[in-house]
Amino acid sequence: MMLKRLLSNDLPRSRALTVLLVIIVLTLAFAPFLLPGVKALSVAAKILVFIVLVASYDLLLGYTGIVSFAHTLFFGIGAYGVAIACTRWGAGWQALASGIGAALALSLLLALAIGLFSLRVRAIFFAMITLAFASAFQTLASQLSDFTGGEDGLSFKLPELLSPGHSFSDSPWLGVALDGRLLCYYLLFAMALALLLALIRIVNSPFGRVLQAIRENEFRAEALGYRVVVFRTLSSVLSALFATLAGVMLALWLRYNGPDTSLSFEVMLDILLILVIGGMGTLYGAVIGAALFVAAQSYLQDLLRLASEAASGLPWLAALLSPDRWLLWLGVLFVLSVYHFPTGIVGTLRGRKAVTPTD
Amino acid sequence: MAFDWQPLALVPAISLLALPLFDSASTWLTLTVAGLAMGMIVFIIASGLTLVFGLMDVLNFGHGVFIAIGAFVATSVLGAMGDWTGSTYLALNLVAVFLAMLAAMAAASAVGVVFERLLVRPVYGQHLKQILITMGGMIIGEEVIKIIWGPQQIPLPLPEGLRGAWLLGEAAVEKYRVLAMLLGILMYASLVWTLNRTKIGLLIRAGVDNREMVESLGYPIRRLFVAVFVAGSALAGLGGVMWGLYQQNVVPQMGAQVNVLIFIVIIIGGLGSASGALIGALLVGLMANYTGFLAPKIALFSNIGLMVAILLWRPRGVYPVTNR
Repeated sequence: MMLKRLLSNDLPRSRALTVLLVIIVLTLAFAPFLLPGVKALSVAAKILVFIVLVASYDLLLGYTGIVSFAHTLFFGIGAYGVAIACTRWGAGWQALASGIGAALALSLLLALAIGLFSLRVRAIFFAMITLAFASAFQTLASQLSDFTGGEDGLSFKLPELLSPGHSFSDSPWLGVALDGRLLCYYLLFAMALALLLALIRIVNSPFGRVLQAIRENEFRAEALGYRVVVFRTLSSVLSALFATLAGVMLALWLRYNGPDTSLSFEVMLDILLILVIGGMGTLYGAVIGAALFVAAQSYLQDLLRLASEAASGLPWLAALLSPDRWLLWLGVLFVLSVYHFPTGIVGTLRGRKAVTPTD
Repeated sequence: MAFDWQPLALVPAISLLALPLFDSASTWLTLTVAGLAMGMIVFIIASGLTLVFGLMDVLNFGHGVFIAIGAFVATSVLGAMGDWTGSTYLALNLVAVFLAMLAAMAAASAVGVVFERLLVRPVYGQHLKQILITMGGMIIGEEVIKIIWGPQQIPLPLPEGLRGAWLLGEAAVEKYRVLAMLLGILMYASLVWTLNRTKIGLLIRAGVDNREMVESLGYPIRRLFVAVFVAGSALAGLGGVMWGLYQQNVVPQMGAQVNVLIFIVIIIGGLGSASGALIGALLVGLMANYTGFLAPKIALFSNIGLMVAILLWRPRGVYPVTNR
């Protein structure tokens, strides 16, 4: 069957999960028509970006068992690649393509360097080293203000075809204006779909099997004749390239990039949270987690504001529920889900012990 | 086994190598003292973390919480003792700072007990979960600090008597930096004494070396670990006060900022090694001050470069701990 081949024989294996996935994919596919309003479409676009970003991180954490805190580094490189190219060389396709190309090349080199250097040592070293790299890079990006726009970031124009000003038809179709913004959304949708299917293909290939073998028992994989360092490095390079493309998607949609949108540690925490909640080592977990989390994040702060106002009689409770403190609740949710929910939504729905990577 | 002098020699080697890069020897001296002081503070913070890792194979990504808690408690204590810190008597100033440090250590160890019980204990032996959970603990701690003290930066001025600098020829050596260095040396000496001359220290070293063996000899290694964890938290709290006074202000995010530095330090030193942490901290402190003066934009990268160079030389840090 066609669909089975598309999904590389890795079906959801649970009816509830299948239904959920179909709902999410259909909602995202028809989001401009189903969910009117600028905010809703932006939420949908952000979900698309995070699906790719978190799925690429899953290749690293869920399938290979590597903890990296430098994933936002590559996400940021992708976003900055587009932003810097479009600011410097104007809003042309050529500028866009060369920006993406340069970003991919830089990510490739950096991931290769970090991987070859630090994947030889223990996993815990790698986590700490990537954390240091990510924070150094964020500082660098905000200090090289001539190049990156510093803390303010860069706002830029995209080629005419993708900008909201461009209109394909004077009359709206099904109540939706056919403009460049809509085309941009569907470009993102197509990219997300293609990249996700490519990732599913990768993890189900013989190469992906080796990665899972390394995750389960590094020593045995090495004894079977696989060069663990090489496979780990390849996995981290691949995941970096996909993250770069996710960054490209983000920049295309926002037409802006700054250190806080793509490089900050909060984005890294979001990725971890989504993956843990969705379910590690499944890729479908990335889809479900991203959809639920981004939607919740976008509306949770509104909810907290209401709760905080309702609790205004008790000052300490109001302070706890203030919308500025939403990270506190995400932190609590994160800790609780690592304890009680280690297989995530996908693992729970599949109803059996899902793979949990160990060190 | 003969003492390995090579890493120790690195510290004077780096500071002497840096000397020709500066216009005047006095600038170099000022920066060297600043670097050594910063190194001692970072060492105090990092020593607890590296011992916890060595003893129990637990890596606490939330160590930064204790730093921030200590520093914020100190702002409250010193703020309440304005008469004493504003006084021109050095003795009163020192007592005020000392009390603030005690309060900070008490608060940090109290948080440490809770942290160990709720977050670290359930995930013993699972590295991946440890990283994730302690990271979560860090987020929660930072937000709680924001609730109690507010999200803004709070100034933490030095008491009257500790401000200013002594002049050594043309070089200005700030008084507080000398105090921080002395305190750091004192803490290092007492740590070395505890580890090498007391029974507790013997058990800790034995536990780092071979946990099962100590356990099977009937010593409660769990309780020992809790004690080390709490002591490490208290040290981090103390380091937080000193760091806050060094920077003269505190922000809720300071824990995460210092975390990056102490990770570099304990990687350089060799995970689990207290002496290695000292060498790493001094190297990082010197490097940060030299490059901060010569090329501020690459200051953090210089520390990463240092770490890379050291790991190429000794892949498990300058003083690798056996079987880790």
